[in-house]
Amino acid sequence: MDLYRDNILDHYQNPRNWGSLTGSAVKVSHNNPSCGDSITVSLKLDSGKIADIKFTGNGCAISMASASMLTEYIMGKSVTDALVVKREDVEKLLGTKLTLARLKCALLPLETIRQALVESAKTRLPKPS
Amino acid sequence: MNFNPSKIAGDFPVLSRKINGAPIVYLDSTASSLKPLAVIEEIDRYYRELSVNIFRGVYNLSEEATALYENARQTAADFIGASSASEIVFTRNATESLNLLAASLTKKLAAGSGIVSTVMEHHANIVPWQVAAGEKDFTLSFVDIDENGKLDLADLRKKINKKTAVFTFTYVSNVLGTINPVREIISQIKKINSKIIIIVDAAQAVPHMPLNVQDLGADFMVFSSHKMCGPTGIGVLWGKQHLLEMLPPYQTGGEMIREVRLDSSTYNESPYKFEAGTPHIAGAMGLAAAMKYLQGKGLDKIRQHEIKLTAYALEKLKSIENVAIYGPEKAENRGGVIAFNLKGVHPHDVAQILNSENICIRSGHHCAMPLHTRLNIGSSCRASFYLYNSEKDVDALLQGLKNTAKFFLKKRC
Repeated sequence: MDLYRDNILDHYQNPRNWGSLTGSAVKVSHNNPSCGDSITVSLKLDSGKIADIKFTGNGCAISMASASMLTEYIMGKSVTDALVVKREDVEKLLGTKLTLARLKCALLPLETIRQALVESAKTRLPKPS
Repeated sequence: MNFNPSKIAGDFPVLSRKINGAPIVYLDSTASSLKPLAVIEEIDRYYRELSVNIFRGVYNLSEEATALYENARQTAADFIGASSASEIVFTRNATESLNLLAASLTKKLAAGSGIVSTVMEHHANIVPWQVAAGEKDFTLSFVDIDENGKLDLADLRKKINKKTAVFTFTYVSNVLGTINPVREIISQIKKINSKIIIIVDAAQAVPHMPLNVQDLGADFMVFSSHKMCGPTGIGVLWGKQHLLEMLPPYQTGGEMIREVRLDSSTYNESPYKFEAGTPHIAGAMGLAAAMKYLQGKGLDKIRQHEIKLTAYALEKLKSIENVAIYGPEKAENRGGVIAFNLKGVHPHDVAQILNSENICIRSGHHCAMPLHTRLNIGSSCRASFYLYNSEKDVDALLQGLKNTAKFFLKKRC
Protein backbone atom coordinates (compact mmCIF):
# COMPACT_ATOMS: atom_id res chain seq x y z
CA MET A 1 0.00 0.00 0.00
CA ASP A 2 2.99 2.22 -0.65
CA LEU A 3 0.91 4.31 -2.98
CA TYR A 4 -1.45 5.28 -0.20
CA ARG A 5 0.95 7.10 2.04
CA ASP A 6 -0.64 9.10 4.78
CA ASN A 7 -0.21 12.38 2.93
CA ILE A 8 -2.06 11.06 -0.12
CA LEU A 9 -4.93 9.77 1.99
CA ASP A 10 -5.00 13.01 3.93
CA HIS A 11 -5.31 15.11 0.77
CA TYR A 12 -7.89 12.68 -0.65
CA GLN A 13 -10.04 12.79 2.43
CA ASN A 14 -9.50 16.45 3.26
CA PRO A 15 -8.92 18.10 -0.09
CA ARG A 16 -7.40 21.58 0.05
CA ASN A 17 -8.85 24.32 -2.17
CA TRP A 18 -12.04 22.35 -2.72
CA GLY A 19 -14.87 24.29 -4.37
CA SER A 20 -15.35 26.68 -7.22
CA LEU A 21 -14.72 30.38 -7.78
CA THR A 22 -17.34 32.73 -9.07
CA GLY A 23 -17.16 35.99 -10.99
CA SER A 24 -14.35 36.44 -13.47
CA ALA A 25 -12.72 33.08 -12.72
CA VAL A 26 -11.83 30.82 -15.61
CA LYS A 27 -13.30 27.33 -15.34
CA VAL A 28 -11.95 24.27 -17.08
CA SER A 29 -13.22 20.70 -16.85
CA HIS A 30 -11.43 17.57 -17.95
CA ASN A 31 -12.26 13.93 -17.61
CA ASN A 32 -10.57 10.61 -18.05
CA PRO A 33 -13.19 8.42 -19.69
CA SER A 34 -11.17 5.27 -19.16
CA CYS A 35 -11.79 5.36 -15.42
CA GLY A 36 -14.59 7.89 -15.08
CA ASP A 37 -12.48 10.49 -13.29
CA SER A 38 -13.50 14.12 -13.71
CA ILE A 39 -12.17 17.41 -12.43
CA THR A 40 -13.14 21.08 -12.70
CA VAL A 41 -10.60 23.75 -11.91
CA SER A 42 -11.44 27.42 -11.45
CA LEU A 43 -8.71 29.98 -11.45
CA LYS A 44 -8.31 33.71 -10.81
CA LEU A 45 -5.20 35.64 -11.81
CA ASP A 46 -3.99 38.93 -10.43
CA SER A 47 -1.01 40.75 -11.97
CA GLY A 48 0.17 37.55 -13.66
CA LYS A 49 -0.01 35.56 -10.45
CA ILE A 50 -2.41 32.88 -9.30
CA ALA A 51 -4.61 34.79 -6.87
CA ASP A 52 -6.92 31.87 -6.20
CA ILE A 53 -7.50 28.35 -7.44
CA LYS A 54 -10.15 25.83 -6.50
CA PHE A 55 -11.22 22.44 -7.76
CA THR A 56 -14.03 19.94 -7.56
CA GLY A 57 -14.08 16.47 -8.98
CA ASN A 58 -14.70 12.82 -8.75
CA GLY A 59 -12.03 10.22 -8.92
CA CYS A 60 -9.59 7.86 -7.27
CA ALA A 61 -7.42 8.81 -4.33
CA ILE A 62 -4.42 9.46 -6.55
CA SER A 63 -6.19 11.89 -8.88
CA MET A 64 -7.93 13.81 -6.10
CA ALA A 65 -4.83 13.99 -3.90
CA SER A 66 -2.80 15.14 -6.88
CA ALA A 67 -5.32 17.93 -7.55
CA SER A 68 -5.34 19.00 -3.92
CA MET A 69 -1.54 19.09 -3.69
CA LEU A 70 -1.09 20.84 -7.02
CA THR A 71 -3.53 23.64 -6.20
CA GLU A 72 -1.68 24.20 -2.93
CA TYR A 73 1.68 24.09 -4.68
CA ILE A 74 0.93 26.65 -7.38
CA MET A 75 -1.14 29.08 -5.31
CA GLY A 76 0.57 32.49 -5.53
CA LYS A 77 2.99 31.38 -8.27
CA SER A 78 3.32 33.31 -11.51
CA VAL A 79 1.64 31.86 -14.58
CA THR A 80 5.07 31.23 -16.11
CA ASP A 81 6.27 29.31 -13.06
CA ALA A 82 3.04 27.34 -12.81
CA LEU A 83 3.16 26.37 -16.48
CA VAL A 84 6.48 24.58 -16.09
CA VAL A 85 5.22 22.21 -13.38
CA LYS A 86 5.70 18.72 -14.77
CA ARG A 87 5.20 15.03 -14.05
CA GLU A 88 8.29 14.79 -11.86
CA ASP A 89 6.94 17.59 -9.66
CA VAL A 90 3.67 15.71 -9.23
CA GLU A 91 5.62 12.60 -8.23
CA LYS A 92 7.58 14.67 -5.75
CA LEU A 93 4.40 16.11 -4.27
CA LEU A 94 2.79 12.69 -3.99
CA GLY A 95 6.02 11.31 -2.59
CA THR A 96 5.92 8.24 -4.80
CA LYS A 97 6.88 7.05 -8.25
CA LEU A 98 3.86 6.48 -10.44
CA THR A 99 3.22 3.21 -12.19
CA LEU A 100 2.15 3.40 -15.81
CA ALA A 101 -1.41 2.38 -14.91
CA ARG A 102 -1.79 5.26 -12.44
CA LEU A 103 0.00 7.97 -14.36
CA LYS A 104 -3.18 9.15 -16.09
CA CYS A 105 -4.93 9.53 -12.75
CA ALA A 106 -2.18 11.67 -11.28
CA LEU A 107 -1.70 13.85 -14.35
CA LEU A 108 -5.34 14.64 -15.08
CA PRO A 109 -5.33 17.58 -12.58
CA LEU A 110 -2.07 18.90 -14.01
CA GLU A 111 -3.46 18.92 -17.55
CA THR A 112 -6.61 20.66 -16.36
CA ILE A 113 -4.70 23.30 -14.43
CA ARG A 114 -2.43 23.92 -17.42
CA GLN A 115 -5.40 24.54 -19.67
CA ALA A 116 -6.96 26.85 -17.10
CA LEU A 117 -3.70 28.82 -16.96
CA VAL A 118 -3.58 29.14 -20.72
CA GLU A 119 -7.24 30.23 -20.91
CA SER A 120 -6.76 32.75 -18.11
CA ALA A 121 -3.74 34.21 -19.84
CA LYS A 122 -5.81 34.54 -23.03
CA THR A 123 -8.65 36.38 -21.32
CA ARG A 124 -6.19 38.94 -20.00
CA LEU A 125 -5.23 39.95 -23.52
CA PRO A 126 -7.20 42.88 -24.92
CA LYS A 127 -10.01 41.67 -27.12
CA PRO A 128 -9.53 42.48 -30.81
CA SER A 129 -11.91 45.24 -31.81
CA MET B 1 -14.49 -37.94 -10.72
CA ASN B 2 -14.46 -35.00 -8.39
CA PHE B 3 -13.64 -31.56 -9.69
CA ASN B 4 -10.73 -30.33 -7.65
CA PRO B 5 -9.77 -26.71 -8.40
CA SER B 6 -6.76 -26.74 -6.08
CA LYS B 7 -5.34 -29.71 -7.94
CA ILE B 8 -6.18 -28.08 -11.28
CA ALA B 9 -4.35 -24.93 -10.16
CA GLY B 10 -1.20 -27.11 -10.11
CA ASP B 11 -1.45 -27.39 -13.92
CA PHE B 12 -0.88 -23.63 -14.27
CA PRO B 13 2.79 -22.70 -13.78
CA VAL B 14 2.13 -19.00 -13.16
CA LEU B 15 0.15 -19.89 -10.04
CA SER B 16 3.29 -21.31 -8.46
CA ARG B 17 4.86 -17.85 -8.68
CA LYS B 18 5.12 -15.73 -5.60
CA ILE B 19 5.18 -11.97 -5.69
CA ASN B 20 6.72 -10.31 -2.66
CA GLY B 21 6.77 -13.74 -1.05
CA ALA B 22 3.03 -14.32 -1.35
CA PRO B 23 0.98 -16.46 -3.75
CA ILE B 24 -1.19 -14.94 -6.49
CA VAL B 25 -4.97 -14.82 -6.26
CA TYR B 26 -6.01 -14.51 -9.89
CA LEU B 27 -9.52 -13.17 -10.42
CA ASP B 28 -9.32 -11.69 -13.89
CA SER B 29 -9.92 -14.63 -16.22
CA THR B 30 -12.61 -12.68 -18.02
CA ALA B 31 -9.81 -10.49 -19.37
CA SER B 32 -7.41 -13.36 -20.00
CA SER B 33 -7.21 -16.83 -18.55
CA LEU B 34 -4.02 -18.41 -17.30
CA LYS B 35 -2.33 -21.09 -19.41
CA PRO B 36 -1.76 -24.70 -18.33
CA LEU B 37 1.55 -26.49 -18.89
CA ALA B 38 0.03 -28.68 -21.63
CA VAL B 39 -0.63 -25.58 -23.73
CA ILE B 40 2.76 -24.01 -23.06
CA GLU B 41 4.47 -27.27 -24.05
CA GLU B 42 2.51 -27.52 -27.27
CA ILE B 43 3.49 -23.98 -28.30
CA ASP B 44 7.08 -24.78 -27.36
CA ARG B 45 6.90 -27.97 -29.45
CA TYR B 46 6.11 -26.02 -32.60
CA TYR B 47 9.15 -23.78 -32.22
CA ARG B 48 11.51 -26.58 -31.14
CA GLU B 49 10.43 -29.40 -33.39
CA LEU B 50 8.84 -27.77 -36.43
CA SER B 51 9.41 -24.03 -36.71
CA VAL B 52 8.61 -24.00 -40.45
CA ASN B 53 5.85 -22.62 -42.63
CA ILE B 54 2.76 -24.56 -43.62
CA PHE B 55 1.07 -25.37 -46.94
CA ARG B 56 3.98 -24.32 -49.11
CA GLY B 57 6.65 -26.92 -48.33
CA VAL B 58 6.77 -30.47 -49.68
CA TYR B 59 9.36 -31.51 -47.11
CA ASN B 60 8.40 -33.57 -44.06
CA LEU B 61 8.69 -30.75 -41.53
CA SER B 62 6.24 -28.56 -43.42
CA GLU B 63 3.85 -31.45 -44.06
CA GLU B 64 3.87 -32.22 -40.35
CA ALA B 65 3.26 -28.59 -39.37
CA THR B 66 0.46 -28.31 -41.94
CA ALA B 67 -1.21 -31.40 -40.53
CA LEU B 68 -1.01 -30.02 -36.98
CA TYR B 69 -2.45 -26.68 -38.07
CA GLU B 70 -5.32 -28.37 -39.88
CA ASN B 71 -5.87 -30.77 -36.97
CA ALA B 72 -6.24 -27.70 -34.76
CA ARG B 73 -8.97 -26.47 -37.10
CA GLN B 74 -10.75 -29.80 -36.76
CA THR B 75 -10.37 -29.71 -32.96
CA ALA B 76 -11.93 -26.23 -32.89
CA ALA B 77 -14.78 -27.39 -35.12
CA ASP B 78 -15.46 -30.37 -32.84
CA PHE B 79 -15.20 -28.21 -29.73
CA ILE B 80 -18.10 -25.98 -30.79
CA GLY B 81 -20.00 -28.62 -32.77
CA ALA B 82 -19.44 -27.09 -36.20
CA SER B 83 -20.46 -29.29 -39.12
CA SER B 84 -17.10 -29.00 -40.83
CA ALA B 85 -13.53 -27.77 -40.17
CA SER B 86 -13.87 -25.52 -43.21
CA GLU B 87 -16.31 -23.39 -41.20
CA ILE B 88 -13.49 -22.43 -38.82
CA VAL B 89 -11.48 -19.33 -39.74
CA PHE B 90 -8.46 -18.60 -37.58
CA THR B 91 -8.12 -14.90 -36.76
CA ARG B 92 -6.12 -12.96 -34.18
CA ASN B 93 -8.94 -12.89 -31.63
CA ALA B 94 -12.68 -12.28 -31.23
CA THR B 95 -12.08 -8.59 -31.92
CA GLU B 96 -10.52 -9.33 -35.29
CA SER B 97 -13.30 -11.80 -36.10
CA LEU B 98 -15.86 -9.05 -35.48
CA ASN B 99 -13.88 -6.55 -37.50
CA LEU B 100 -13.73 -9.04 -40.35
CA LEU B 101 -17.49 -9.44 -40.25
CA ALA B 102 -18.20 -5.72 -39.94
CA ALA B 103 -15.93 -4.96 -42.89
CA SER B 104 -16.84 -7.86 -45.19
CA LEU B 105 -20.47 -8.43 -44.39
CA THR B 106 -21.44 -4.79 -44.72
CA LYS B 107 -20.01 -4.71 -48.26
CA LYS B 108 -22.89 -7.00 -49.13
CA LEU B 109 -25.59 -4.91 -47.47
CA ALA B 110 -27.81 -2.40 -49.22
CA ALA B 111 -27.67 1.21 -48.04
CA GLY B 112 -30.39 1.90 -45.50
CA SER B 113 -30.02 -1.54 -43.90
CA GLY B 114 -30.30 -1.79 -40.15
CA ILE B 115 -27.64 -3.16 -37.84
CA VAL B 116 -28.83 -3.95 -34.31
CA SER B 117 -26.70 -4.70 -31.27
CA THR B 118 -27.13 -4.29 -27.51
CA VAL B 119 -25.98 -1.86 -24.80
CA MET B 120 -24.21 -4.67 -22.95
CA GLU B 121 -21.64 -5.27 -25.70
CA HIS B 122 -17.88 -5.15 -25.45
CA HIS B 123 -16.44 -2.27 -27.51
CA ALA B 124 -15.27 -4.88 -30.04
CA ASN B 125 -18.90 -5.48 -30.96
CA ILE B 126 -19.80 -1.78 -31.15
CA VAL B 127 -16.99 0.19 -32.74
CA PRO B 128 -16.49 -1.93 -35.91
CA TRP B 129 -20.20 -1.52 -36.67
CA GLN B 130 -20.04 2.23 -36.04
CA VAL B 131 -17.20 2.47 -38.53
CA ALA B 132 -19.09 0.37 -41.09
CA ALA B 133 -22.26 2.41 -40.56
CA GLY B 134 -20.29 5.61 -41.04
CA GLU B 135 -18.98 4.44 -44.41
CA LYS B 136 -22.32 3.41 -45.81
CA ASP B 137 -25.78 4.59 -44.95
CA PHE B 138 -26.68 2.01 -42.30
CA THR B 139 -28.77 2.63 -39.22
CA LEU B 140 -27.26 1.37 -35.99
CA SER B 141 -29.40 0.73 -32.91
CA PHE B 142 -28.93 -0.94 -29.55
CA VAL B 143 -31.28 -3.08 -27.49
CA ASP B 144 -31.60 -1.94 -23.87
CA ILE B 145 -31.30 -3.98 -20.66
CA ASP B 146 -33.74 -4.19 -17.78
CA GLU B 147 -33.03 -3.35 -14.13
CA ASN B 148 -31.69 -6.87 -13.50
CA GLY B 149 -29.10 -6.52 -16.24
CA LYS B 150 -30.96 -8.83 -18.60
CA LEU B 151 -31.61 -8.03 -22.22
CA ASP B 152 -34.97 -6.28 -22.62
CA LEU B 153 -36.74 -8.66 -25.00
CA ALA B 154 -39.66 -6.29 -25.56
CA ASP B 155 -37.18 -3.64 -26.70
CA LEU B 156 -35.50 -6.25 -28.90
CA ARG B 157 -38.80 -6.92 -30.69
CA LYS B 158 -39.22 -3.17 -31.18
CA LYS B 159 -35.73 -2.65 -32.61
CA ILE B 160 -35.84 -5.58 -35.04
CA ASN B 161 -37.77 -5.00 -38.25
CA LYS B 162 -37.88 -5.88 -41.93
CA LYS B 163 -35.00 -3.51 -42.67
CA THR B 164 -32.70 -5.13 -40.09
CA ALA B 165 -29.90 -6.94 -41.87
CA VAL B 166 -27.61 -7.85 -38.94
CA PHE B 167 -28.17 -8.58 -35.27
CA THR B 168 -24.94 -8.97 -33.33
CA PHE B 169 -24.92 -9.68 -29.61
CA THR B 170 -23.00 -11.22 -26.79
CA TYR B 171 -23.69 -14.65 -25.36
CA VAL B 172 -22.38 -13.70 -21.91
CA SER B 173 -21.80 -10.11 -20.76
CA ASN B 174 -18.18 -9.51 -19.74
CA VAL B 175 -19.39 -7.14 -17.01
CA LEU B 176 -22.86 -8.15 -15.83
CA GLY B 177 -22.23 -11.82 -16.39
CA THR B 178 -25.71 -12.05 -17.91
CA ILE B 179 -26.16 -15.20 -19.96
CA ASN B 180 -28.44 -14.27 -22.81
CA PRO B 181 -31.03 -16.87 -23.85
CA VAL B 182 -29.38 -17.07 -27.26
CA ARG B 183 -31.60 -19.74 -28.81
CA GLU B 184 -34.80 -18.05 -27.70
CA ILE B 185 -33.60 -14.65 -28.89
CA ILE B 186 -32.60 -16.00 -32.28
CA SER B 187 -35.88 -17.82 -32.77
CA GLN B 188 -37.84 -14.65 -31.86
CA ILE B 189 -35.79 -12.59 -34.30
CA LYS B 190 -36.16 -15.08 -37.12
CA LYS B 191 -39.92 -14.90 -36.67
CA ILE B 192 -39.87 -11.16 -37.29
CA ASN B 193 -37.40 -11.31 -40.17
CA SER B 194 -35.93 -14.63 -41.25
CA LYS B 195 -33.24 -13.01 -43.41
CA ILE B 196 -31.36 -11.32 -40.58
CA ILE B 197 -27.74 -12.41 -40.24
CA ILE B 198 -27.10 -13.30 -36.62
CA ILE B 199 -23.70 -12.96 -35.02
CA VAL B 200 -22.94 -14.25 -31.53
CA ASP B 201 -19.96 -12.92 -29.60
CA ALA B 202 -19.16 -16.03 -27.57
CA ALA B 203 -15.81 -14.84 -26.15
CA GLN B 204 -17.15 -15.26 -22.60
CA ALA B 205 -19.20 -18.39 -23.32
CA VAL B 206 -17.04 -20.85 -25.27
CA PRO B 207 -14.38 -21.05 -22.51
CA HIS B 208 -16.88 -21.65 -19.73
CA MET B 209 -19.79 -23.86 -20.78
CA PRO B 210 -20.75 -26.67 -23.12
CA LEU B 211 -22.01 -25.20 -26.35
CA ASN B 212 -23.13 -26.45 -29.74
CA VAL B 213 -23.08 -23.80 -32.39
CA GLN B 214 -25.56 -25.62 -34.63
CA ASP B 215 -28.13 -25.72 -31.83
CA LEU B 216 -27.97 -21.96 -31.34
CA GLY B 217 -29.29 -21.04 -34.77
CA ALA B 218 -26.68 -18.33 -35.32
CA ASP B 219 -25.00 -17.56 -38.63
CA PHE B 220 -21.62 -16.49 -37.24
CA MET B 221 -19.92 -16.88 -33.88
CA VAL B 222 -16.62 -15.47 -32.62
CA PHE B 223 -14.30 -16.21 -29.71
CA SER B 224 -10.70 -15.82 -28.51
CA SER B 225 -8.13 -18.39 -27.51
CA HIS B 226 -6.53 -16.44 -24.67
CA LYS B 227 -9.70 -16.49 -22.59
CA MET B 228 -9.87 -20.30 -22.76
CA CYS B 229 -6.43 -21.34 -21.55
CA GLY B 230 -4.92 -20.91 -25.01
CA PRO B 231 -2.26 -18.49 -26.26
CA THR B 232 -2.85 -14.85 -27.15
CA GLY B 233 -2.89 -13.84 -30.80
CA ILE B 234 -5.32 -16.43 -32.09
CA GLY B 235 -9.09 -16.52 -32.23
CA VAL B 236 -11.89 -18.07 -34.20
CA LEU B 237 -14.57 -16.94 -36.56
CA TRP B 238 -17.14 -19.63 -37.17
CA GLY B 239 -19.59 -19.14 -40.00
CA LYS B 240 -22.04 -21.21 -41.97
CA GLN B 241 -20.22 -22.48 -45.03
CA HIS B 242 -22.43 -20.80 -47.65
CA LEU B 243 -22.20 -17.47 -45.84
CA LEU B 244 -18.42 -17.64 -45.57
CA GLU B 245 -18.26 -18.35 -49.31
CA MET B 246 -20.46 -15.34 -50.00
CA LEU B 247 -18.31 -12.90 -47.96
CA PRO B 248 -15.57 -10.95 -49.71
CA PRO B 249 -12.04 -11.32 -48.27
CA TYR B 250 -10.98 -9.09 -45.38
CA GLN B 251 -7.22 -8.98 -45.81
CA THR B 252 -5.37 -10.01 -48.93
CA GLY B 253 -1.95 -11.45 -49.74
CA GLY B 254 -0.41 -14.90 -49.72
CA GLU B 255 -2.34 -18.13 -49.24
CA MET B 256 -5.74 -16.49 -49.57
CA ILE B 257 -5.43 -16.45 -53.38
CA ARG B 258 -6.02 -19.01 -56.09
CA GLU B 259 -4.32 -17.20 -58.93
CA VAL B 260 -2.59 -13.84 -59.09
CA ARG B 261 -1.98 -11.87 -62.28
CA LEU B 262 -0.59 -8.39 -62.33
CA ASP B 263 -3.95 -6.87 -63.11
CA SER B 264 -6.31 -9.09 -61.10
CA SER B 265 -6.54 -12.11 -58.81
CA THR B 266 -8.92 -14.88 -57.90
CA TYR B 267 -9.39 -16.00 -54.33
CA ASN B 268 -9.03 -19.27 -52.50
CA GLU B 269 -12.03 -20.95 -50.96
CA SER B 270 -13.07 -20.42 -47.37
CA PRO B 271 -11.58 -20.59 -44.74
CA TYR B 272 -8.26 -19.94 -46.54
CA LYS B 273 -9.75 -16.89 -48.25
CA PHE B 274 -9.75 -15.20 -44.82
CA GLU B 275 -6.30 -16.29 -43.66
CA ALA B 276 -3.93 -14.06 -45.59
CA GLY B 277 -0.23 -14.48 -44.84
CA THR B 278 1.48 -16.97 -42.57
CA PRO B 279 -0.90 -17.69 -39.72
CA HIS B 280 -0.18 -18.16 -36.01
CA ILE B 281 0.74 -21.85 -36.36
CA ALA B 282 1.99 -22.30 -32.79
CA GLY B 283 -1.11 -20.42 -31.65
CA ALA B 284 -3.46 -22.80 -33.44
CA MET B 285 -1.62 -25.78 -31.95
CA GLY B 286 -1.75 -24.17 -28.50
CA LEU B 287 -5.46 -23.45 -28.87
CA ALA B 288 -6.13 -27.06 -29.82
CA ALA B 289 -4.18 -28.18 -26.76
CA ALA B 290 -6.25 -25.80 -24.62
CA MET B 291 -9.49 -27.18 -26.02
CA LYS B 292 -8.37 -30.74 -25.30
CA TYR B 293 -7.33 -29.69 -21.81
CA LEU B 294 -10.75 -28.14 -21.12
CA GLN B 295 -12.55 -31.17 -22.57
CA GLY B 296 -10.44 -33.36 -20.31
CA LYS B 297 -11.70 -31.43 -17.29
CA GLY B 298 -15.25 -31.37 -18.67
CA LEU B 299 -16.98 -28.18 -19.81
CA ASP B 300 -20.09 -29.16 -17.90
CA LYS B 301 -18.09 -29.60 -14.70
CA ILE B 302 -16.34 -26.29 -15.26
CA ARG B 303 -19.73 -24.60 -15.65
CA GLN B 304 -21.09 -26.25 -12.49
CA HIS B 305 -17.95 -25.24 -10.58
CA GLU B 306 -18.30 -21.62 -11.71
CA ILE B 307 -21.98 -21.51 -10.70
CA LYS B 308 -21.08 -22.78 -7.24
CA LEU B 309 -18.20 -20.35 -6.85
CA THR B 310 -20.22 -17.40 -8.17
CA ALA B 311 -23.10 -18.18 -5.82
CA TYR B 312 -20.64 -18.34 -2.93
CA ALA B 313 -19.03 -15.04 -3.94
CA LEU B 314 -22.37 -13.28 -4.47
CA GLU B 315 -23.56 -14.32 -1.04
CA LYS B 316 -20.33 -13.22 0.63
CA LEU B 317 -20.22 -9.92 -1.25
CA LYS B 318 -23.77 -9.12 -0.19
CA SER B 319 -22.67 -9.50 3.41
CA ILE B 320 -20.27 -6.57 3.09
CA GLU B 321 -21.76 -3.22 3.81
CA ASN B 322 -21.64 -0.66 0.99
CA VAL B 323 -21.17 -3.13 -1.85
CA ALA B 324 -23.27 -2.63 -4.98
CA ILE B 325 -23.42 -5.65 -7.29
CA TYR B 326 -24.42 -5.37 -10.94
CA GLY B 327 -26.15 -8.00 -13.05
CA PRO B 328 -28.55 -10.91 -12.53
CA GLU B 329 -29.15 -11.97 -8.97
CA LYS B 330 -28.83 -15.72 -9.38
CA ALA B 331 -25.54 -17.43 -10.17
CA GLU B 332 -27.35 -19.81 -12.55
CA ASN B 333 -28.20 -16.85 -14.77
CA ARG B 334 -24.69 -15.50 -15.02
CA GLY B 335 -21.20 -16.47 -16.05
CA GLY B 336 -18.41 -16.59 -13.48
CA VAL B 337 -18.02 -12.83 -13.38
CA ILE B 338 -19.14 -10.24 -10.86
CA ALA B 339 -18.93 -6.49 -11.37
CA PHE B 340 -19.36 -4.45 -8.20
CA ASN B 341 -18.53 -1.22 -6.48
CA LEU B 342 -17.49 -0.51 -2.95
CA LYS B 343 -19.41 2.69 -2.27
CA GLY B 344 -17.18 5.60 -1.43
CA VAL B 345 -14.03 4.00 -2.82
CA HIS B 346 -12.96 4.41 -6.43
CA PRO B 347 -12.51 1.08 -8.29
CA HIS B 348 -8.88 1.94 -9.08
CA ASP B 349 -8.19 2.35 -5.40
CA VAL B 350 -9.92 -0.93 -4.60
CA ALA B 351 -7.87 -2.77 -7.23
CA GLN B 352 -4.68 -1.11 -6.10
CA ILE B 353 -5.18 -2.04 -2.45
CA LEU B 354 -6.10 -5.61 -3.44
CA ASN B 355 -2.94 -5.73 -5.54
CA SER B 356 -0.89 -5.11 -2.44
CA GLU B 357 -2.21 -8.50 -1.31
CA ASN B 358 -1.54 -10.07 -4.74
CA ILE B 359 -5.25 -10.22 -5.51
CA CYS B 360 -5.72 -9.51 -9.21
CA ILE B 361 -9.07 -7.98 -10.13
CA ARG B 362 -9.98 -5.56 -12.88
CA SER B 363 -11.07 -1.96 -12.40
CA GLY B 364 -12.40 0.45 -14.98
CA HIS B 365 -15.03 0.09 -17.67
CA HIS B 366 -13.88 -3.33 -18.96
CA CYS B 367 -14.25 -2.21 -22.59
CA ALA B 368 -17.95 -1.59 -22.04
CA MET B 369 -18.35 2.16 -21.62
CA PRO B 370 -21.90 2.34 -23.01
CA LEU B 371 -22.98 -0.27 -20.47
CA HIS B 372 -21.42 1.70 -17.61
CA THR B 373 -23.16 4.84 -18.87
CA ARG B 374 -26.42 2.88 -18.94
CA LEU B 375 -25.79 1.76 -15.34
CA ASN B 376 -25.05 5.38 -14.39
CA ILE B 377 -21.58 4.58 -13.14
CA GLY B 378 -18.17 5.67 -14.39
CA SER B 379 -16.40 2.46 -13.63
CA SER B 380 -16.58 -0.73 -11.61
CA CYS B 381 -14.52 -3.46 -10.01
CA ARG B 382 -14.72 -6.89 -11.60
CA ALA B 383 -13.78 -10.28 -10.20
CA SER B 384 -14.04 -13.36 -12.39
CA PHE B 385 -13.54 -17.06 -11.91
CA TYR B 386 -12.33 -20.04 -13.85
CA LEU B 387 -11.59 -23.69 -13.29
CA TYR B 388 -8.48 -23.03 -11.18
CA ASN B 389 -10.23 -20.74 -8.68
CA SER B 390 -11.56 -22.02 -5.41
CA GLU B 391 -13.47 -20.73 -2.42
CA LYS B 392 -10.25 -19.69 -0.78
CA ASP B 393 -9.68 -17.18 -3.62
CA VAL B 394 -13.13 -15.74 -2.93
CA ASP B 395 -12.30 -15.62 0.79
CA ALA B 396 -9.09 -13.72 0.00
CA LEU B 397 -11.07 -11.26 -2.12
CA LEU B 398 -13.58 -10.74 0.65
CA GLN B 399 -10.92 -10.18 3.27
CA GLY B 400 -9.16 -7.79 0.88
CA LEU B 401 -12.36 -5.84 0.34
CA LYS B 402 -13.01 -5.61 4.05
CA ASN B 403 -9.48 -4.30 4.54
CA THR B 404 -9.99 -1.79 1.73
CA ALA B 405 -13.22 -0.54 3.23
CA LYS B 406 -11.62 -0.21 6.63
CA PHE B 407 -8.60 1.56 5.19
CA PHE B 408 -10.53 4.15 3.21
CA LEU B 409 -13.75 4.60 5.08
CA LYS B 410 -12.54 4.61 8.67
CA LYS B 411 -9.95 7.26 8.05
CA ARG B 412 -12.51 9.60 6.56
CA CYS B 413 -13.48 12.29 9.05
